[in-house]
Amino acid sequence: MAAERAPLSAGRLALWTAVLLAVLACALVLGAALGAGDVSLSDFFGPDSSRRTILLEVRLPRVLLAAVLGSALCVAGISFQALLRNPLADPYVLGVSGGASIGGVVALLLGFGIGEGIFDRIAVPAFAFGGALGALVLIEWIATVGGRLTVYTLLLTGAIFNAFSAALLYFIQSLASLEQLHAIVFYLMGQVPVFGYRVLGGLALASFLAALALFSMARDFNALSLGEEGALQLGVDVERIKRRTFLLGSLLTGLSVSVAGLVGFVGLVVPHLLRLLLGPDHRLLLPAGFFGGAAFLVLADLFARTITAPNELPVGVVTALVGGPFFLYLLRSRGGRRGNF
Amino acid sequence: METSKARAVLEASSVSYAYGRQGALHEVSLEVRSGEVVGLVGPNGSGKSTLVKILSGVLSRYLGSALVSGDEVSNLPRRELARRVAVVPQEPNFGFPFTALEVVLMGRHPHLEGLGFESERDLAIAKAALERCGAGHFAPRAIQDLSAGERQRIVFARALAQESPVLLLDEPASFLDIRHAVGLYDVVRELATRDGKAVLAVLHDLSLAAEYCDRVYLLRAGRVEAAGPTAEVFTYANLTRVFETDVYVDVNHLTGRLLVTPLSSRAREYLGRTKGG
Repeated sequence: MAAERAPLSAGRLALWTAVLLAVLACALVLGAALGAGDVSLSDFFGPDSSRRTILLEVRLPRVLLAAVLGSALCVAGISFQALLRNPLADPYVLGVSGGASIGGVVALLLGFGIGEGIFDRIAVPAFAFGGALGALVLIEWIATVGGRLTVYTLLLTGAIFNAFSAALLYFIQSLASLEQLHAIVFYLMGQVPVFGYRVLGGLALASFLAALALFSMARDFNALSLGEEGALQLGVDVERIKRRTFLLGSLLTGLSVSVAGLVGFVGLVVPHLLRLLLGPDHRLLLPAGFFGGAAFLVLADLFARTITAPNELPVGVVTALVGGPFFLYLLRSRGGRRGNF
Repeated sequence: METSKARAVLEASSVSYAYGRQGALHEVSLEVRSGEVVGLVGPNGSGKSTLVKILSGVLSRYLGSALVSGDEVSNLPRRELARRVAVVPQEPNFGFPFTALEVVLMGRHPHLEGLGFESERDLAIAKAALERCGAGHFAPRAIQDLSAGERQRIVFARALAQESPVLLLDEPASFLDIRHAVGLYDVVRELATRDGKAVLAVLHDLSLAAEYCDRVYLLRAGRVEAAGPTAEVFTYANLTRVFETDVYVDVNHLTGRLLVTPLSSRAREYLGRTKGG
């Protein structure tokens, strides 16, 4: 079925982009319409200004941020999968997430992020993003051998860095107070926070630009599936593509982890599903993942904040609880058995 | 000689290469002209694949000079090199389940701009390449679902779709049955003779090399041991020395080309020969 498709055309790309954009639109409307309390979309026109404020300044920014993070994670996942030529790679596999979580947790340990001030809300993501950048530079430096970024070294470095980060996180947690520990655990589990529109706009722009830059390499990603040598022989500047993909994918991942902690499976399940549905051509897969990942996380976050209302589940718990078994099912069913992803 | 006047499309002069401190090629010189099928033969580890990688720009830190249509390989932009040289690798591999047609379309990569969707013309070129390799019916199949031999033909079709004046083949028929191996080399011969491509092919089957190649280079431990028409190069003395095993060299009486058969130890015992003697 999935294999019986015609080669990609501009028409098919436009069609699927439109379909997934529509899915995202529906998810956004649903996300804005539903939630704890009885605030609904009609309150936007209603007389009650406090309800309108909840809708416009709490729920909508959160729904939009979920969309931004979902697309960032999904695009990062697809790009790392192309880079490593492995459909089981996820955005966290190359270690940048470890650096981000250390940064965020250090900020919490220093006492930021517990209060409600602007500085408190920005400090944790800022520290985390600093940690992500540090990890990125360190990992690239370690994985560059003789002027070349080797994929195996990159993968190994990422794995080791992640393991080291986990140990360091436990160490930090053992130093933390009970209140801090609670904040740390919730931060790491993954949660979509509420930011003002200015921050939101900046995040959206950064993530859109990084995704666009990755999209511009889509045809090279296709060639890369033939192996580095095969891609070279088709005229791809493999070293440049690898380095850019690592940098841009890591930026997207770092941005997402800094803001929302470790939300798992978005960058794994959504690309996998889309590949089954649309085939492996990255010129279609990347834009589809951009919108599909956004829709997925908006819906997951909706689930997280409504299922146990008035309490909230961390969205990372929802994506892992839903994504894990679903992914195993996919692996065991049609695509997995033939080694097709 | 008339052919020697035509400038070689592929020209290596004193090319040396080392993997770390391990020397792989020592001052190898060769040339392939337009319309020629030239064979590269020699034992495992003699430097055949290394040479192919140098000529296709994969290994760039070589000594000496490797020219494609007069330009140094290491100075050519990748895309330009890929427009001039297509490679059929020894072991093609595939990371994702692209269809056979999509894989062949990747051969158009060096000709496309930016995100570029393949045009009707690209599609026609890819389909014609598949047909030419007798693999048209594989077009919609996922590449992972095909057998090793079938994949090899798809990869050969991809190289054709690249429409380059130079074709480098690294054991392109290693997984093919005799019918498809002959079918592939028939196409190779036709590409040289009719379309004027310059073909350099790594081969292990010496009888096939004798049948299809205009000339061969015999490599041993990174050096050219002998070069010229197969009738001159594939002598008993040359082959037993280079391959360090006993062979039986005969003439195919139907074609007049050489037949080379390796001798088993049982056959050597029967003939009362010692190894290489």
